[in-house]
Amino acid sequence: MSTPRAGIDWVKAAPWLYTATLFVVWEAAVRAFDIPQYILPAPTVIAGAIVQYWSAIWKNSLQTLYTTLAGFVLAVVGGLALGILVGWSRFIYAGLYPLMVGFNAIPKVALVPVLVIWFGIGTIPAVLTAFLIAFFPIVVNVATGLATIEPEMEDVLRALGARKMDIMLKVGIPRSMPYFFGSLKIAITLAFVGSVISETVAANSGLGHMMLGAQSQFNVPLVFAGLVMLAIEGIVMYAIMAWIEMRMTGWAHRSQTMGA
Amino acid sequence: MQPLVTIEHVDMRYGGPEGLLAVQDLTLSVAKGEFAAVVGPSGCGKSTLMKLVTGLYIPQGGSVVVAGERVTKPVSIVGMAFQNPTMLPWRTTLDNILLPLEVVQRHRGRLRAHKAEYVAKAEALLETVGLKGFGQKFPWQLSGGMQQRANLCRALIHEPDLLMLDEPFGALDSFTREELWCVIRDLHAAQGVTIVLVTHDLREAVFLADRIFVMSARPGRVIEERKVPFARPRDLEIMYEKEFNDVVHELRGSIADARKAA
Repeated sequence: MSTPRAGIDWVKAAPWLYTATLFVVWEAAVRAFDIPQYILPAPTVIAGAIVQYWSAIWKNSLQTLYTTLAGFVLAVVGGLALGILVGWSRFIYAGLYPLMVGFNAIPKVALVPVLVIWFGIGTIPAVLTAFLIAFFPIVVNVATGLATIEPEMEDVLRALGARKMDIMLKVGIPRSMPYFFGSLKIAITLAFVGSVISETVAANSGLGHMMLGAQSQFNVPLVFAGLVMLAIEGIVMYAIMAWIEMRMTGWAHRSQTMGA
Repeated sequence: MQPLVTIEHVDMRYGGPEGLLAVQDLTLSVAKGEFAAVVGPSGCGKSTLMKLVTGLYIPQGGSVVVAGERVTKPVSIVGMAFQNPTMLPWRTTLDNILLPLEVVQRHRGRLRAHKAEYVAKAEALLETVGLKGFGQKFPWQLSGGMQQRANLCRALIHEPDLLMLDEPFGALDSFTREELWCVIRDLHAAQGVTIVLVTHDLREAVFLADRIFVMSARPGRVIEERKVPFARPRDLEIMYEKEFNDVVHELRGSIADARKAA
């Protein structure tokens, strides 16, 4: 919290200060050591590249954002559904869990060629890769929320004649919501990883594709411009997810600070 | 008088025929309107008793009869409260108390149309336990003792004939515990509900109950049954009288024997 005295709130200013410092140090280092542009371009050069190639960067950023969000939405729907299914019964949990762990262990980049065989080069493999990589944390979190219902609560309701469905709707699903919304932050960042991997391997557009093209022409400032755009998109989406989390499950956060 | 709960020669074993025998040849009965307490060394199957009476467990041997019917499935005329209040943090205290009504078959259809009537009932219950005006607060805004009071309201909202309490005051400080003893004493007097209190606090049992069952160490069965002679309404002051302490002392002796026998 800020101090009551008038003045600068240093904690609030910290993210901006640190970011600014990073870029200043970076710029200074590049100039001081005379690092060639094709190794590490200075921030000012990257900014110049962003301005110079803005129309291409904008178009490809939108494409990446689109594939990422499409994959993310699929992951939310699929992850929520599968998570509830897995959390529903011990039998399904026991059967599916090892399968999911095994599937999650496969590097998703290895799946892109398969997806390309099935769907061709372009948007669909990117969307699916984002989906495949993002849905696992959602499943695990939702299932955890459901599996950790207090046994006493379940006893109280079952003794009153509650069916499994009642317990899920009244207790399980609301209870797993903080886990679910918490997992969205992880899922959205992973979705970016998935879509960019797929764009780098097999696509005609998107930031991954653009960076690959720039790299082959030794246009290193443009590669870095792509990285900066990815970072910005990632931060913005993360912030949106964190905001949604606070809005939807405020009770879970307040109870930590104000618990009796 | 017709007993509300009759348990006869009940055996309950967990985890198959070779599993742990939790209670063996358990026999006890509780009359309608009575306040019974069950005490015993830890691990004597007190919680198993709770689950047998509410129909969460069906015993392998013997019979459990509640309100004239043999228990073969959960019985919704029972309210339960545990040591852990398990209030749902996303619901207000009032909505937490109304939760059983959304589940019990007899009420769930009526709840929406008669909401005001049920809310009034919940508010009245909150007032009896000394939580008037706290209905709109969230559980995490209440102290542990207040949460436990709300928990009692939740156990009573569907007007159960039988209230099963599993060490409900175990996690509270001694002053709050005494306050809640009085709350439960007054609830019992006012509502005529039958209460079975599982506890390991002997003073609590003697202060509140009409009859006390002492259970043996595992496998649990009733080794002693004792009437508590003190007239109602009882004041907290009786806990400092010699007769009271004699009863507590004797019970303590029985439990010590039961532990030794284990």
